Amino acid sequence: MTDNILELRNLTKFFPAKEGGIFSKVKGEVRAVDGVNITVARGETVGLVGESGCGKTTVGRTVMKLYEPTSGEIIFDGEDITHFSRKEMKHVRSKMQMIFQDPFSSLNPRHTVGSIISSSYTIHGIDPEGGVEHAVRELLQLVGLNPEHINRFPHEFSGGQRQRIGIARALALKPKLIVADEPVSALDVSIQAQVVNLLDDLQKEFGLSFLFVAHDLSIVQHISDRVVVMYLGKVMEMAPTRELFENPRHPYTKALLSAVPVADPKIGRSRERIILQGDLPSPVNPPSGCVFNTRCWKAQDICKVSVPATIQIAPQQTVACHFPE
Amino acid sequence: MSKFLEVTNLNVTFPTEDGDVHASNEVTYSVGLGETLAIVGESGSGKSVSNLAVMGLHNPARTKITGSAILNLPEGPVDLISASTETVRRLRGKAMSMIFQDPMSALHPFFSIGDQIAEAWHLYNKGSKQDGIKKAIEMLELVGIPDPSSRVHDFPHQFSGGMRQRAMIAMALVNNPSLLIADEPTTALDVTVQSQILSLLKDLQRELNMAIILITHDLGVVAEVADRICVMYGGRIVEDGTVDDIFYRPEHPYTLGLLNSVPRISSGESHRLRAIPGQPPSLISLPSGCAFQPRCEYSSKVSSGACNTSVPSLSDKGSGHLSRCHLDTVDLNNLVKDKA
Repeated sequence: MTDNILELRNLTKFFPAKEGGIFSKVKGEVRAVDGVNITVARGETVGLVGESGCGKTTVGRTVMKLYEPTSGEIIFDGEDITHFSRKEMKHVRSKMQMIFQDPFSSLNPRHTVGSIISSSYTIHGIDPEGGVEHAVRELLQLVGLNPEHINRFPHEFSGGQRQRIGIARALALKPKLIVADEPVSALDVSIQAQVVNLLDDLQKEFGLSFLFVAHDLSIVQHISDRVVVMYLGKVMEMAPTRELFENPRHPYTKALLSAVPVADPKIGRSRERIILQGDLPSPVNPPSGCVFNTRCWKAQDICKVSVPATIQIAPQQTVACHFPE
Repeated sequence: MSKFLEVTNLNVTFPTEDGDVHASNEVTYSVGLGETLAIVGESGSGKSVSNLAVMGLHNPARTKITGSAILNLPEGPVDLISASTETVRRLRGKAMSMIFQDPMSALHPFFSIGDQIAEAWHLYNKGSKQDGIKKAIEMLELVGIPDPSSRVHDFPHQFSGGMRQRAMIAMALVNNPSLLIADEPTTALDVTVQSQILSLLKDLQRELNMAIILITHDLGVVAEVADRICVMYGGRIVEDGTVDDIFYRPEHPYTLGLLNSVPRISSGESHRLRAIPGQPPSLISLPSGCAFQPRCEYSSKVSSGACNTSVPSLSDKGSGHLSRCHLDTVDLNNLVKDKA
């Protein structure tokens, strides 16, 4: 057994880019994830951040094998699951579960909370100790919901409560890894804190590992042990949370951090801000060389032609840049 | 001196089959030219509803609105609530305009960006079609769209999210309004684009001396751009003060809770977040007394039990810093200290 619950080696996922209607032809590929190396240790929370379209959600979904990877390897719990069939994935999925962003569309409106959560048991043919109903009640209690509400439907709950139902469902099979895709971004601020605290507690109690996909850097900083910054399908920088936030080495990380509004007016007024020009380039036709060169203020000629290698800049910090800070 | 917009005791109620939804209750705020007022609150706190009432965008058949919203125009004050629909329509887009959260659904997909901006201009200006497009190009340049003379003919789907929001700002500003209401203008955008849009709004405000009302739930955004802040909860303003008042001397337990539940990037050690327990109230059956009472950790400390029975009034805690709480400042500060 290795120390890593999850290891992504050179993972790529390209989607065909189509044009036209019924007789569409493939015009190219969307390089959603392009050669990504990420590890998640047991009991660790790895935050995956980046702007929309950077491929962070695709990484999460490819790990779950909801997408078939184009190339690369996914090693989960010592097993290479890259080419597992749906059938083979079934037993793996009981050890890795996902929490989704939108608590409104991720729960079937026609099923009661009890049947939503217990479906994990039926699908995997597991008979939990003390019976299914007992197990579901315990799960509801665990995530801070009233076990009496087992026969209610999702619409009877608020957004934060629904997210708790999603978390209970993910926990039913006692997974080792949870991929959380923007689990709190649809919630109000005061409710966000409740759910973040719940995830913290559950991790301590069950020794869970999290791959925490989010765009909200303050939440990621709070919950993660290590942070991976992605831009246009590539990993720009990876570092323990503290190093990343205190000493970002990649210009993009620096810009991203300086763009986050700080809920403290004095700091907001005094700090230096880097405002990036323009928008994210299209992943169908990414810039040559370093993908960030079109918006980078440090870009030189070499950045336009050669892809920067990922270098180890500090013991646990890697950065893909020709001119790291 | 009177402010440019003065909203006083605004009540907005939607009658429904389940009962009246009291979306906005006795809401009072004002904003001056060149000033940015931020209205902060969670979903369902009444922040958008109040401002839609100011813009006259509620369906009068399904809404009961009372109170007043005085717009102090150079040619004399107008009460937007009691004025005729026609009067308000003539002010909309000229004296005041609004930008929305989702630029994709606020722009018409069948018309080019230029046509849509020109349409707003033609409403109040005489000129040929070419003049309209010329004005649209000028506006796109102002909001920082690269190569505006060719992009003016693009359709909304050809613009990125950030560019659409810029186009919407261009459209809102084409007639030099004195008041801009921005309803969650950057919520749908990425942080790097968000900071572009916020600095654009600030620059434009300086240039055009506009009054801006920024409706948002993001305390970070508020800290960066606002001059004054109104915090709303359960359809009421619970605290009103300058940025420094709200962030460094919060008076209301809800504001305190809100500030505590945001993880701070600046703080070194990460500690457990102090979440506010419970859920926001339903606007159909607001709790009697203070709307925040069921979630408030200090309500048991008010000996008279007033939190359960009477709605606290919005009282001045010093130099225009208003708070709606039965606890006085000294007691609250002692309680907060005891907690910490």
